[in-house]
Amino acid sequence: MRARVLVRPKAGILDPQGQAVERALPALGFSGVRNVHIGRLIELDVDDPAHLPGLCEKLLSNPLIEDYEIVETA
Amino acid sequence: MKFGIVRFPGSCDDVDALLAAERVGEATMLWHADRDLHGVDAVIVPGGFSYGDYLRVGAIARFAPVMEEVAEFAREGGLVLGICNGFQVLCEAGLLPGALLPNISLRFICRQVELDVVRGETSFTRACEPGRPLSIPIKHTTGRYYASEPDLDALETAGQVLLRYAPGQNPNGSTRDIAGVCNRAGNVFGLMPHPEHAVDSLTGSADGLSIFESMRAQVGDRIPA
Repeated sequence: MRARVLVRPKAGILDPQGQAVERALPALGFSGVRNVHIGRLIELDVDDPAHLPGLCEKLLSNPLIEDYEIVETA
Repeated sequence: MKFGIVRFPGSCDDVDALLAAERVGEATMLWHADRDLHGVDAVIVPGGFSYGDYLRVGAIARFAPVMEEVAEFAREGGLVLGICNGFQVLCEAGLLPGALLPNISLRFICRQVELDVVRGETSFTRACEPGRPLSIPIKHTTGRYYASEPDLDALETAGQVLLRYAPGQNPNGSTRDIAGVCNRAGNVFGLMPHPEHAVDSLTGSADGLSIFESMRAQVGDRIPA
């Protein structure tokens, strides 16, 4: 199975990367953009999709600071 | 008293840690792929970029074979010190509470900081002079200590916060100015500043020595020399 894992900072945790991007946008003429958050996209092929949650919790994300979402792509 | 310093691919402060430890005792390198701590009395996980810090700081190093031994050593009460990247590795391994996030400035910061010793009677701070701050350098990009508010309250209640950045000197946005925390049992300690770079007044400060001296004194109490 082909899957995408989206890892993002947990709600409420200060995300200076997202803030830096948000602050840069008005200078480029893009107004009205809010709540920018930057995470990580991991694409992988996995033989047994049942392994995905464990793999996400043990390595791909740190559950203390990040949420993950598994999206099947094929 | 013998210190063991873990060397991962990408460690870069391992030699300084070894030389600092040798000022107070014996010291030897431990190889990341080796499942053997070679009978050392205390373990130091040094700074650097273990396994390139790919994915997340410290995330892959925690799965190194030697880390299973370090975890077992810690469970048995052995002293484990994590410095900078070593602190990040110990947090990822679950041996210390919390996590390290990118500095609020998003910049690499390298400078001397003043640290308040919150508790001076622990295995890692007992040789510190009471009431006197430590002058020790930091050099990191990912040093913002984070734990949830309830977890921070629990850490403070349990006396696990051992070092704070002096008032007004928080360099990276760490919650509650935390620079170093220990585990509940008090035998595993991690800090972002680099005591191994502050062991000789020739390079600005020798305050870092007191961390290594504390560990030697603690081990000396347990194992007669």
